[in-house]
Order: sequence, then C-alpha cells, then structure tokens
Amino acid sequence: MKHIISALVENKPGVLAHVSGMFAARAFNIDSLVVGRTEDPQLSRMTIVVVGDDRVLEQVRKQLAKIIPVVKVQDFAGQAVVARDLMLITFAAPAEKRPEILALIETFKGNVVDIGQKTIMVEISGPEEKIEAFIEMCRPYGIKNVARTGTIAMPRQEKTAGGQQETTNED
Amino acid sequence: MKSDSSRPADSAGKSPILKSGPLTALRTGADIAVQALIDQGVDTMFGYPGGVVLPFFDKLYDAPIRFIIPRHEQGGAHMADGYARASGKVGVIVATSGPGACNLVTGLGTAMMDSIPIVAITGQVRTDLIGNDAFQEADTTGITRPVTKYNCIVKDVKDLARVIKEAFFIASTGRPGPVVVDLPVDVQVAKTSYDPKVEMRLPGYRLKTKGHSRQISMAAEAINKSEKPVLYVGGGVVIANAGEELRALAKKAHLPVTMTLLGLGSYDQNEPESLDMLGMHGTAYANYAVHECDLLIAVGARFDDRVTGKLKTFAANAKVIHIDIDPASIAKNVRADIPVVGDAKYILTELVNQVEYRERKEWFAKIAQWKKKYPMGYDRKSTNIKPQYVIEQVCELTGGDAIITTGVGQHQMWTSQFYKFKRPRQFITSGGLGTMGFGLPSAIGAQIAMPDATVVDIDGDHSFNMTLTELRTAVQYELPIKVCIMNNGYMGMVRQWQELFYNKRYSKSYLANPDYSKVAEALGAVGITVEKKADVPKAIKKMLTEKMPCVVDFHVEPEENVWPMVPSGKSLHEMDGLDLLESMA
Repeated sequence: MKHIISALVENKPGVLAHVSGMFAARAFNIDSLVVGRTEDPQLSRMTIVVVGDDRVLEQVRKQLAKIIPVVKVQDFAGQAVVARDLMLITFAAPAEKRPEILALIETFKGNVVDIGQKTIMVEISGPEEKIEAFIEMCRPYGIKNVARTGTIAMPRQEKTAGGQQETTNED
Repeated sequence: MKSDSSRPADSAGKSPILKSGPLTALRTGADIAVQALIDQGVDTMFGYPGGVVLPFFDKLYDAPIRFIIPRHEQGGAHMADGYARASGKVGVIVATSGPGACNLVTGLGTAMMDSIPIVAITGQVRTDLIGNDAFQEADTTGITRPVTKYNCIVKDVKDLARVIKEAFFIASTGRPGPVVVDLPVDVQVAKTSYDPKVEMRLPGYRLKTKGHSRQISMAAEAINKSEKPVLYVGGGVVIANAGEELRALAKKAHLPVTMTLLGLGSYDQNEPESLDMLGMHGTAYANYAVHECDLLIAVGARFDDRVTGKLKTFAANAKVIHIDIDPASIAKNVRADIPVVGDAKYILTELVNQVEYRERKEWFAKIAQWKKKYPMGYDRKSTNIKPQYVIEQVCELTGGDAIITTGVGQHQMWTSQFYKFKRPRQFITSGGLGTMGFGLPSAIGAQIAMPDATVVDIDGDHSFNMTLTELRTAVQYELPIKVCIMNNGYMGMVRQWQELFYNKRYSKSYLANPDYSKVAEALGAVGITVEKKADVPKAIKKMLTEKMPCVVDFHVEPEENVWPMVPSGKSLHEMDGLDLLESMA
C-alpha cells in the first residue's frame, strides 16, 4: 500500500542526505520525496511517498523519527488528505491537432505555459491519478519531456475515523 | 614512565580550567573545544594528530587531559570504545581530516552497532576549501553518517560550544551511540566568547525514559501468570547499569535468564537462574528454553539474526514482552505483544515492585534436565591444547573477575561459552558489527579506564594480526594488559563454515603467522609461547603477574569447532553438535 509520510525536519545541511541515506540503507522504497521550506525558516517539510505493508511502514516511521534533526513524523494513511502533484509536460502539437489538444488541456484544467512551432508545454496539477491520466492522453501526440514535483499533502480539517498516525521519538 | 607516556605528574590536581577570565573574553575555537570537553568531564582522550587538527592539539599541550596516542586511528577508536564500555563514560577520539577520519569508520560502525557512546572530533580542511578536493579532504559527515547516531560539521565558531554539548548529550543518552563533530581548521583558530551554559537546540531529540505505566502493569501481569517464562537480556541492561534491578527481578519472580553476547555479565552466570548465552552458538538449555517458553521477556535486546535463527519459529508459542529504549527496535524483527519503551533500569525497578514469586517447579525441572543432558563441554581428555581449556583456565586463574575483551570468530564464541561472567561491563566484544582486531585496542581502552583491573584480551591469531601494532601503545603507556592468542593458524570461524558448508575446501582461510612471542618482545612486551597442555596453567599464572603487556601464544588444536551451532536460517532448537555435548555430559 502507498503511504504519504510527512516529516517536519530541521532546516540544516545534511538532513536530506540523512533521510534518503536511511531509506537506501534499510531498503525502503521511495516513490517520491519532496522537500520545501515551511513558514518557520528553521523547519522544512519532507513529503515522502512510500510503498510497503504495515510492518514496513511502522519501521519507516520509527526510523525517520529516530533521525535527530527529524522533529515530527506523520503517516497520512487512513486519513482524508489533499494530495497534489505538479507537472510540466512538453509534447508534440502539430497545427492541425491544436484545437483538440487545447480542449484536452481545458478538460484537465491545465495551463499552457509555452508554445512553439511543433510543441507545447503544459503545467498541470492535481492528484497523482489525474497527472497519470493526462500523461496517457498526451502519449499519442509524442511526449518530449516530463518534469514532476512528486506529491505534497496536507490533512483535511475534519479527521476521518482512521485518524492519523503520528510518530515522534516518544512513541 | 617513558618520555611521552601519560599525563605529566605535575599537572595532576590542577584545576581543570585552562584559562580564567570574563565570559566575554575572546577565545579560539580550539581553546573552546578543549575547554568544552573538560567541562563535559573529559579527563582522558585518544587520538592521532595531523595537519588540520594542529590548533586543537596545540591546546592539548598543556591541558589537564590524559592523552593516549594509538598507532592507527582505528585502534584509537576501539580504545575509546573499550574505555566507554568498561567505564560507562563517553569515549573521546580525535583524528585529522581525510585519512584520519576515514580510518575511524570501522571503529564508529562497531560502536554504532553495539550502542556505545563515543564522541569523535575530526579535523577538516578550511571552510573555503571544502568541496575542492583539497589535500587530505574527505566528506567526513557524508562518510560517517550511516555509522553514527549523529554528526555535523561546525562552520561557525559561535556554534562550537553548543555542538560539543549536544554531541555528548546525544552520544550518552537514549540508545547511546557515536557522534562525530567535524571541525574545519579555520574554525579552530577563529575567535569568539565561550559560554559553558550555552543551551542545546535539539527539537527533534526527545527522550522517553519512563515506560508507560499501563504497559508495565500488563508486563508484570503476564510474568505473574506465566508458567514457562524466560528473561532474554541484551546489552541494553549493561548500558542502563541495570544489573542489580535485573537480579532483583529474576530472584523475586523466579525467572530463568539467558543473555545475548553483549548481555553477558548483566546476570551472574554462577547463579542458578542463568541459562548462559542463547543463539547460534548459545547453550542447548538456553535455546530449548527459549524455543519452548510461554513468555519471552526481552530487555535491551534487539532480536538479532544470530540470536533468533529462523524468525518464524523463534519462541513461536510465547507471548513477547519487549522492553527497549529505542522504539525502532521494537517489532523490527519479532512482533511484541507487550512493548514497553523506556530505560531498562526504570522499567525493571517498576516490574520488581509488581511481580510475585512463583515456583514454576516443572519448568525449572525441565531446564535442569536440559542442563544435565547438554552441558557445555569439549574433549577434556585430549592431549592437545583445546582453546576451551585455555579459556576455562583463564577464568579459573582470574577468579572469574577479569575484564575480558575479544576479537571476532571462534575464540570469541568460546570465550562467551567458557568464561563465566559475574558482573556488567566485564565482557567487551564487538557483537553487532563483528569487528576483527577489536580485542587488543579495546583492552587498552578498558585498562586505561580501570587501571586496577586485570584486563585480558582473549584473541584469535588473525584478529590479533589486524591491530597488533597497538601492542606498542600498551607498552608505551605501561599498561599491564594480557593477550591470550588462541593460535590455530586459521581464520577459525571461516574454516569451520568451510568445513561444514563448503566441503572442507579451506579457501584462503589460512595465513602464515609470525612467532608472536618474538613480536611481543620486539615491541617491548613480554612474550610466552605455549605448545604443551601441561604448560597452560603455568603460563597463565606468569602472565597474570607481569607488570608490562604480556602476550601468550597458545598453539591450540587447529581444527577445533564451536558447538553447539544453529546453522544459519535454522530454528533455535535445531542445533548441531548436541551428540558431542551429550557424550561429554
């Protein structure tokens, strides 16, 4: 099962290497890992998508929490979250197909951010499935380049029955 | 005392303050680092100088710190480790950048796997050269990250005092471990004021020492109900200084106790409750007891593969209580029915208050049967020198009171089987990483920490080969350490596996050894060679009276094996070699 793990970490050099090194050393699989600053300049947030069973995920949470510059770890499994991925995609867009391409982009609520003689670049955000679906729709035209941010996520206001699993060093 | 041996006599008794003055006085980074170490209670350090740690070493010139110079940084790291294991204090090692720091890696990894508190200070090239492949530059924090509990580079002298304070705190609390502080040379000469009361900033480091009271009650209830319990004790009890609490629990509730390699010493093996060591080369009675128990009480142990054998069948019918300070150790390999996170000393104390005595007549009778049927043994009638015999003799002639260190391999297992340990911190061995060459330098560290103790390194010939240069260190500091080499010419454990699993094809497991007594003498130590069984006790007695380091080279039975043995991947009760033990009974 896919889990979205959110880790609040100290904004210090070496933290990313420590976290990614731990994942590699313990043979955990990372689907994606996103790091960005938070409103507090001392802290960054890492959003890590991990695939594994409950036993693996328990270890992932505990091993993350054990890393000293990691302040707090949350696993959003079983919780209502907003999860978003941002993609830039460039694909072939010959003049005769542009009307249908633009309609496709419109349907996916994408933005055309660059346009050339032969290609078009689109910015699109949303849940991962939407991004994947858009890639599939573009494939027949001939994809040139894809850049994706990986998932970031935040829990919704109302908690669902599953609740969230939080891990700190105190667990 | 030789020229540059230990601390000069006249510095003893001096106030441990380098300079006095107002807090605002500017001091160099090197000065602050040395002062911060002294303020952490450091009076002994190990280390090797080099280019970019010269400002730091200059400050050590007149610091009230006993400084031990190894012959290789790896040796220094193992010395700091042995010092920490013997004393319970933080071991401190200093090395220069590049090769100096790289040479620490094995020592750090050894300490990391066995949860030993070490602070390593490494020099680093100037901050403006970092990343430029400068002379003796290495990415020390990058290289040591997986083998440390924490590490960091100090790029601003203003952070230095705080970082050193944090380093000692992290190394010595929770589940202890090594910490590296990387110190660029320009930071060592930059100046700032020193505040010994500087506050630590560790928002991600929270400690839980008190176990959850409801979990503790549940554990006590499970113990009180159990018909066939076993206490399975690891190095965590030694680290937590919880030997007395363990004894109180085992005596009050009446529980059999088995120990891991690192747990040896936490419970007196001469006591009737002791089942000695469990696992791959554990005793038959410990392994059977764990296999058949209905309650396994794990304390400060991490269910290592050498302990559990096949995980699926490990204590398959038992409820598992797992007491550990590291939440990540719990349920990592084996499910825990009652996890208790916290300090072993605290939790064991609470448990003692809540448990009741229970006779468990049948269970103890069964254990007694196993002990009778499969006692530890070897061919005592052999006219050759059996390594087990040597170790039994060392145990007897030291009254079972010596601090014992080992290398890694057969001799290490025989030591764990045939030396009967009485108290925590008496057995110093590399369990997790299994570092050959650990025995001699860790014995040096232990002797520095415990000058009045008898310290014996029971070593293998090839383990000894790896770090024997440190014998000169022991000579220089006039440390009366003893080295007993179980010299069989082989890398014994490799040979044993080749015999058992590779059709006796002894591929590259034999080395031609030097005459160790001559090596010892050339290095200034006492050397003894023993080739006859009858000479063993005499040689050990002579060794124990020596005031200088003494190496005894025992030419032991070359192809002796360690029994019993749970082959890798087998269940604990599927031991080989039981017929042999039975025939010795």
